[in-house]
Amino acid sequence: MNSATLKDDHQERRKKLSNLLLSKKKPMDRAFFGIVLGAAGYTLFLVALIVYAVGDGSTEIFSYEGLEFFTGTDWNAVYGREAFGALPYIIGTLVTAGIAMVIGVPVSIGIAVFLSEISPPRISTPLSFVIELLAAVPSIVYGLWALFVFRFWIVDLIEKPLYNAFGDWIPFFGKTPFGLDVFTAGIVLSIMIIPIISAISRELLKAVPDTQREAAYSLGATRWETLRIAVFPYVKSGLFGAAFLGLGRAVGETILVTMVIGNAVGVNAIPTSLFSQSQTLASVIANEFNEAASSLHLSALIGLGVVLLMLTMAINIGGMLLLSRMVKVSPGVRE
Amino acid sequence: MEKIQQEKANLKYQLQNTMERKSSRKRKINKLVTILCIICVGLAIVPLGSILFEVIKNGVSALSVEFLTQRPGSMISGRGGIGPAIQGTLITVGIASIIAAPVGIFAGIYLAEFAGNGPLPHAVRFFNDVLTGLPSIVLGIVGYIVIVLVIGSFSVWAGSFALSIIMIPIVVRVTEESLKVVPNSIREAGYSLGIPKWKITLHITLKTAFSGVLTGIVIGISRIAGETAPLIMTILGTSLFFTGFDDPVDALPLRIWRLASQPYDSAHAQGWAAALILILIVLLFSVTLRLLAARKGFKVRVIRYSNV
Repeated sequence: MNSATLKDDHQERRKKLSNLLLSKKKPMDRAFFGIVLGAAGYTLFLVALIVYAVGDGSTEIFSYEGLEFFTGTDWNAVYGREAFGALPYIIGTLVTAGIAMVIGVPVSIGIAVFLSEISPPRISTPLSFVIELLAAVPSIVYGLWALFVFRFWIVDLIEKPLYNAFGDWIPFFGKTPFGLDVFTAGIVLSIMIIPIISAISRELLKAVPDTQREAAYSLGATRWETLRIAVFPYVKSGLFGAAFLGLGRAVGETILVTMVIGNAVGVNAIPTSLFSQSQTLASVIANEFNEAASSLHLSALIGLGVVLLMLTMAINIGGMLLLSRMVKVSPGVRE
Repeated sequence: MEKIQQEKANLKYQLQNTMERKSSRKRKINKLVTILCIICVGLAIVPLGSILFEVIKNGVSALSVEFLTQRPGSMISGRGGIGPAIQGTLITVGIASIIAAPVGIFAGIYLAEFAGNGPLPHAVRFFNDVLTGLPSIVLGIVGYIVIVLVIGSFSVWAGSFALSIIMIPIVVRVTEESLKVVPNSIREAGYSLGIPKWKITLHITLKTAFSGVLTGIVIGISRIAGETAPLIMTILGTSLFFTGFDDPVDALPLRIWRLASQPYDSAHAQGWAAALILILIVLLFSVTLRLLAARKGFKVRVIRYSNV
């Protein structure tokens, strides 16, 4: 009996105390929760807004061209003869991004291997800082450098020798090169995506447990064999994910491509050789947006934005899914 | 007997020979891969070196006080400067970060401190990552449709809005990550003193993770300061100084783009100089703030709250 009243008393006091504490902090806590929830909700709202805005802006062109918008090759904004087909630009985008991947991915993985497996920390720490610097350079500066400096290296060192050697009989290397073409755009894009892919790959390689390596070494494997049999299989899907994120970046890059791709329009933008002028989805938008005279033309450009949005979303989500099993990285956070 | 021994020695010799040959081939491949990796590093460093070298070499000659403060003059003469561009970049980026930093920090707090593993936080994280990967030119289109078309003029607001969309997901992600590494014992110390959760979050947890959050903001700012594409259809660019938030302004990346597309050497020299200024702003800003954050460090500061 006695203990029961004591217990009751105890419980009552506890209730009072907790009530006191709760009542004191509840309103402010609730308000704060409202604020942070609102901020989180705002990011969701932004995604919805983006989808709504480009969807709304492109209805005119999709009702005018229908699905032909994706397959057409003509691009003409002249009044009365309007035709808007995105296919050449889709091809141009994929070709430049493809070149960027072919060059950028192996180099990035090589860098990641050097930083995480080969070099001592004394070298790799400052070196990773230098490669981060490469990511901090704004794309317009890359563009300026590519337009006035790098383009001539490419022409003299790679394009002209290739053209002279194979140009006559392999159409792939046909067309006199002068530096403003898909090849240059692809190479400069590859330089841009190297820091992203190599940073993620390095993190992946670092996450491989050392027991994995020691097992291979104990069998007498060299460093390369260890990488091949014990390390790469462990992070394969992650490396693919890193490459995807780089691809997403290469597909969406605008100003740099605009400066070096030669800006061909319509059918001419379908690259016939490595040294063809072309355009990407993003570069057409950048080139023509402020000159669009009719609302149909503007809507067509927004339509290109829709294609670009879908393309990059698909690539990035694919990359995120591949990476999510490995480590937490998000596209574009450069650090 | 002697024969057997000789045979044994022979066999041993042969075996050793094949093993050595094998291992020397192994070593050669290994060396080759190492060299290839070093070449890869070189391939990445050469462009960086060349970019910095060219920007400094070509940019320094066009630098002057006049260049930094005056309006652009005629392109042919090489007179005039990039005053409006510097001013415009500071204003546009400033407003964008005033929008993006609080939103990003609060959303990051939501994810790290309040959200569990429910569907909503999952959705927020997922779409936040999606936002990070979106091409900036698409965000420019959104700024154009949502703001330029509505208020009827290219404007600072539109540019800042578009840039803020780029910056928010970066801040959210970095804030969440740096709040997550704050040890729970610090929060629990706060709870044990009866401090309400909002105070703990703002004054203890966030303060502990401050340098991480600051890094996120710096990464975001240096990223948007160099953006060109979304500005084309939002702030448009002009040769005038700032006249109002509803009017077009200039920005450094836009100005560099304009200068580079001119056929005149003097314009190109100005473009290099403007690029030098842009790189200086981006790099110096991020380096100094990072150093500052590193000096303050991840030190735990709960002393002030011992007598709340």
